[in-house]
Amino acid sequence: MAEQKVVAATGNTVVAEAMRQCRPDVVAAYPITPQTTIVEEFAAFVAKGRVHTEYVTVESEHSAMSACIGASAAGARVMTATSSQGLALMWEELHIASGMRLPIVMANANRALSAPINIHCDHSDVMGARDAGWIMLFAETAQEAYDNTIMAVRIAEDPDVLLPVMSCLDGFITTHSIDRISLLDDETVAAFVGERKADWALLDVERPVTHGAFAGLGGPYPAFKKAERDAIERSRAVIARVGEEYARISGRPFGMLETWGMEDAEVAIVVIGSTAGNVRHVARSLREAGSKVGVVKVRCFRPFPYAELAKTLSGVKAVAVMDRAESFGAEGGPLFLETRSALYDAAERPAVVGYVYGLGGSDVKLDLVESVYGDLADIASGSPVPAGPVYLGAR
Amino acid sequence: MATLKELTHREDRLAGGHRLCPGCGASIAVRQVLLGAGEDPVVAGCATGCLEVSTTIYPYTSWRTPFIHNAFENAAATISGVEAAFQGLKRAGKIPADKRVKFVAFGGDGGTYDIGLQSLSGAMERGHDMVYVCYDNGAYMNTGIQRSSATPKGAWATTAQVGPAQQGKQQRRKDLTQIMAAHGIPYVAQASVSHWKDLTEKAAKAFAVEGPAFINVFAPCPRGWRIPHDKTIEIAKLAVQTGFWPLYEVEDGVWRQTVKVVNRKPIEEFLRPQGRFKHLFAPGNEHLLAEIQADVDRAWEQLQKRFAKD
Repeated sequence: MAEQKVVAATGNTVVAEAMRQCRPDVVAAYPITPQTTIVEEFAAFVAKGRVHTEYVTVESEHSAMSACIGASAAGARVMTATSSQGLALMWEELHIASGMRLPIVMANANRALSAPINIHCDHSDVMGARDAGWIMLFAETAQEAYDNTIMAVRIAEDPDVLLPVMSCLDGFITTHSIDRISLLDDETVAAFVGERKADWALLDVERPVTHGAFAGLGGPYPAFKKAERDAIERSRAVIARVGEEYARISGRPFGMLETWGMEDAEVAIVVIGSTAGNVRHVARSLREAGSKVGVVKVRCFRPFPYAELAKTLSGVKAVAVMDRAESFGAEGGPLFLETRSALYDAAERPAVVGYVYGLGGSDVKLDLVESVYGDLADIASGSPVPAGPVYLGAR
Repeated sequence: MATLKELTHREDRLAGGHRLCPGCGASIAVRQVLLGAGEDPVVAGCATGCLEVSTTIYPYTSWRTPFIHNAFENAAATISGVEAAFQGLKRAGKIPADKRVKFVAFGGDGGTYDIGLQSLSGAMERGHDMVYVCYDNGAYMNTGIQRSSATPKGAWATTAQVGPAQQGKQQRRKDLTQIMAAHGIPYVAQASVSHWKDLTEKAAKAFAVEGPAFINVFAPCPRGWRIPHDKTIEIAKLAVQTGFWPLYEVEDGVWRQTVKVVNRKPIEEFLRPQGRFKHLFAPGNEHLLAEIQADVDRAWEQLQKRFAKD
C-alpha cells in the first residue's frame, strides 16, 4: 500500500487534485454551481504550470462536452465536470460520447433541476442521464469522490469498456464541506492510471478514420447499440478488477454496492450518496437497541448491480428505497424501480417501499430516517405496504 | 499561391462517389477549401447536414483525411477539442513539437448562422488554430428546404411559404461574415464556389494564419433553389456579379475586396433563374423586387466604405 497524505479539504478540491494527478491532456469545462470550484482549482493548476493539460474554457456545457468528444476522438485523455442544468444542456452530447465509445471522465456535482430554480443537492440531474450509456459512480464522501475519479479513468479507458464515466458527488454536502481525506502521491496515481492508448485516433493522420458516421439506412444502428450494451456489461468485471487493484494501493476497497449489517438484517434501507452516512448512523443506534436493521449503499448505478442487490436483500422482510430524485408518473424514483426489478427473480421477495426525500437540498434529518425504519418494522410485522412513493419531509 | 496546374496534382481529400446531389455546391466548396490546405495533414469536422450524411454512410466514407462528425450545432466546439488535444499531447511530449496538422470545421448555414452560432463564436473567441468554413446555401436543406437566418428576403421555403398573405421569407438575411469580422480574429473571408482561384487562395491564407479563421462560401443548392443541377456555378457567379454576394477578406482588421465588380448587374438576374423566387416576378410584386434591389444597393455601399483604399 502506498503512503498517503491526510488533508482537510472539500470534495471539489480533492476531485480537482485527482484530475491533476490523472494527467489529462484536455479539460474542457464551464462553471456551474456547485461544480465551479473544481474548474477553478484546476485553472490554478494550469496557471501554476502544474499540468500539461490544454484547458479549454468553453462558452457552455454543450460545447464543453462537444470539445471533450473531439479531444477524446483525437486520442487525448479527457476530463470535465458539471452539474444540474449544465448536465441537462449536455444531454445530446452525453449520448454521442457513449455512442462513439469515447472514454471521458466527468465529475457531476449532484444538484436539483429547474423549475423552480434551486442550486442544492438532489439526484434529478444524474438520474435524467441514466440511460445515456455512461457508467455512473456515486460517492458518499469526499474520500470516495477522490477515489472514484481515479478509478473512473482506468474503467473508462479499459479496452474492454471504452465508455464515458460520470463520477457523482452530492452538491454542497460533499462538494463544499471540509472532510478528512487521504491522498495518494502523484507517482502512485500516475502509475495506476497509466497512459491512454487510443486506437483510431484522429491525430493519427497517417491512418485516416471517420468518426461519427451516418448509420441510418436500415442497417447497422442497432448493432452499434448492442455493442454499447455489451461494453457496459463487460464493465462489471473491469470495475471489480480496478476496484481490487485500487484497494491494494489505497487500502480502500470499492464494490458496486456496500453493505452494513446485512448479514442478519430483517429490514434494510437502500440509498445512494451522502445520505448513506445518516442512514448508517441511525442504523447503528437501532442495532444497539436490538433491532436487526441493515443498510445498502449503491455505489455504481450504471451498470446496476442487480445480482448483488438481490443477493444481499434475500431473506430481508421489508426494504425501503430512498430516492433523491423523482420519476414523475412512475411508482417511485429510479432507485426504487431498479431495486424492485432486481428482486423480481428472487425466490423470496421482500416488501419494497419507495421514499422520495431531500429534493432541492431539503434536510435529511435523523428523525426522518428513523421514521423510515419505523415504517419498515411495521411492514415486517404485517402492516400494509404504503402506495408509493412516500414523500419524506415534504409539507 | 498555387497555380491551377499545381492544384490538379494535389490529392482530393474528399473522394468522388459520395451521395450528395448532382451540382451540390457543398462538395465543391469542401474540395476547393481542402486544396487550399496544401501538403499539411488536415483533420476535418462537420456539422450534421447533407454534407456529413451523404459522405459518411457507414461502412463507407468519402473522407481521405481524419474526419469527425458530432452533432448539428457544435462542429466548431468539436474541432476546438481536437485542436486542444493536439496542443495538450504536444505539451506532454506525446506528439513531436514540430508536427504540423491543420484543423477545419464545415457547417451549413443552419448549423452556422443559427443553431451553431454560439459554439462558433466561442471557438473563435478562444483563439483555436482552426479554420471554420460555412457553406451557405441559404436554408436548412437536409430536412427539406426550411428557411434559415441566411435565407434571402422574399425566397420561398417550406417554412416561409408563398400565398395571398405572405410572399416567402419576410426578413432580411443575417450578415454572418461581418459578425465574424467583428470577432477581431486574424482572417475572415467571403468566397464563392464560382471563383475557384479566389476561394483556394483564401483557404490557403486561412490555413496559414495562426489562430482562428472563418470563410463564408456561397454554395448553391440546386434542389432547394429550384435550379437545374448544371447551373450551380453560373448562379453563384451571378450572386457575385449582382453584388448579392461580394467577395472580400478581412486580414488582421484590413478589409479588402478580392474580386472587383465593375458594372454591377441588377439583382433580377440572380433571382429570375431560381424557382424559389418565381413569385416575385408575378404582377403586383414589383415593389418587392425594388425593395430587394434597394437592400442589395445599401449593403453594397456600406461595404465599399469599409474597404481599404488601394
